[in-house]
Amino acid sequence: MLGKDKTLDFLDKKSKVALTDPLMKNNPISLQVLGICSALAVTVQLNTAVVMTLAVVAVLSVSNTVISLLRTMIPGKVRIIVQLSVIATLVILTDQILQAYMYDISKQLSVFVALIITNCIVMGRAEAFAMQNTPGKSFLDGLGNGLGYGGILISVAFFRELLGNGSIYGYTVIPESLYAAGYQNMGIMVLSPGAFIILGLIVWVHRIASGVEED
Amino acid sequence: MHSNKYTLGFMTIVAVILGSFLSIAAGSLKEIQELNVENDSKKNILSCLGFKEDPKSPWGPDEIQNKFNKNITAIVLDINGKRTDLDPKTIDAETDENNFPIYISKVDDKIEGYAIPISGKGLWSTLYGFFAIEPDGITAKGITFYAHKETPGLGGEVDKAWFQNNFVGKKFINDQGELVGIKVVKGKADPNSSYEVDGISGATITSKGLESFLVDDLKKYESFLKNVREG
Repeated sequence: MLGKDKTLDFLDKKSKVALTDPLMKNNPISLQVLGICSALAVTVQLNTAVVMTLAVVAVLSVSNTVISLLRTMIPGKVRIIVQLSVIATLVILTDQILQAYMYDISKQLSVFVALIITNCIVMGRAEAFAMQNTPGKSFLDGLGNGLGYGGILISVAFFRELLGNGSIYGYTVIPESLYAAGYQNMGIMVLSPGAFIILGLIVWVHRIASGVEED
Repeated sequence: MHSNKYTLGFMTIVAVILGSFLSIAAGSLKEIQELNVENDSKKNILSCLGFKEDPKSPWGPDEIQNKFNKNITAIVLDINGKRTDLDPKTIDAETDENNFPIYISKVDDKIEGYAIPISGKGLWSTLYGFFAIEPDGITAKGITFYAHKETPGLGGEVDKAWFQNNFVGKKFINDQGELVGIKVVKGKADPNSSYEVDGISGATITSKGLESFLVDDLKKYESFLKNVREG
């Protein structure tokens, strides 16, 4: 659906596919079921989900570009080690920057920024795409996958924050009168089972909408 | 196929480039990161001593520094409760058994309260915070937590205002002058009791942990607080 958008016409067809496919048709979370750990962990509030999305988009697009630039030089035997070194460096850098400039959010994200290193999406795209494609296309592929991941993360966080905390992006939206009438926040939504339920529902709806069937 | 020599050389170059890149970045960001940590702890000291920040306009780093320098005196006590010349920044409050930092809040030269660092085990992690005491040396003025890894929504509620506000006005010294601490009871506390606060449902271990390390930490300051009580 996004592929038909005229605004991306400056890109050739393959680049467009690299960018837009992971957003819906081949979403890393809801269709490939990768990156689930962080999708469950940092989605209690929208705030953390948005910062996590930005961190993953930054790491994924830069790591894809760097690895694609090096792809002809990387010896095949040690390619995974090289990919991991590049990714780890970028993740540590991101973590350091967050600690310096967004201290409160980095405290909330705690260990999960560092765990981007082990996010299967990042290594998966490096190995499956960046090793075979040009830097420009790899950058777009990284951007697309990062945004596809972030889209799901933000949707999960939206429902969890709304149902669990009665707020959106930190602003209370459920009126006092509703609480007075007996409405209660759903405690389960701030815990991991809430994330499983929401994520499961999103994967289900997404798969029905895109007509995918497991073999 | 690349030769072993090439592989080895390539890896060495990659390691050196990435390594130096990281150390430059870490080195240049270190100062601002340390400032963040320091400001965060100052903000917590201020907040448990009753200097509340308006959530709509959070304090900037300069504002925290100003408020802290203006209102708070940080000193270190020895095991007998006597003042020492040590710098509180050099003391690790969690492990030091002989020197205890204390933060005194003064407004117009009148003592408004004392804050002490507290830390101890909850369910998953060590909780770090500050506990503030009224100038009478008996009554709690406030409590804050700035670092913990308890379950959000359960033990994690220790950093929420509803829980922390419970402590204000409670007493940790009984009528006989003994240090009894503040009980975190399961469910609702007896509204007539000055020594207990509401627990967090579903977080009994965090609550019990807090209760016990609060007493332990207060014990360290007991000789000083005794002098405070006797005037």
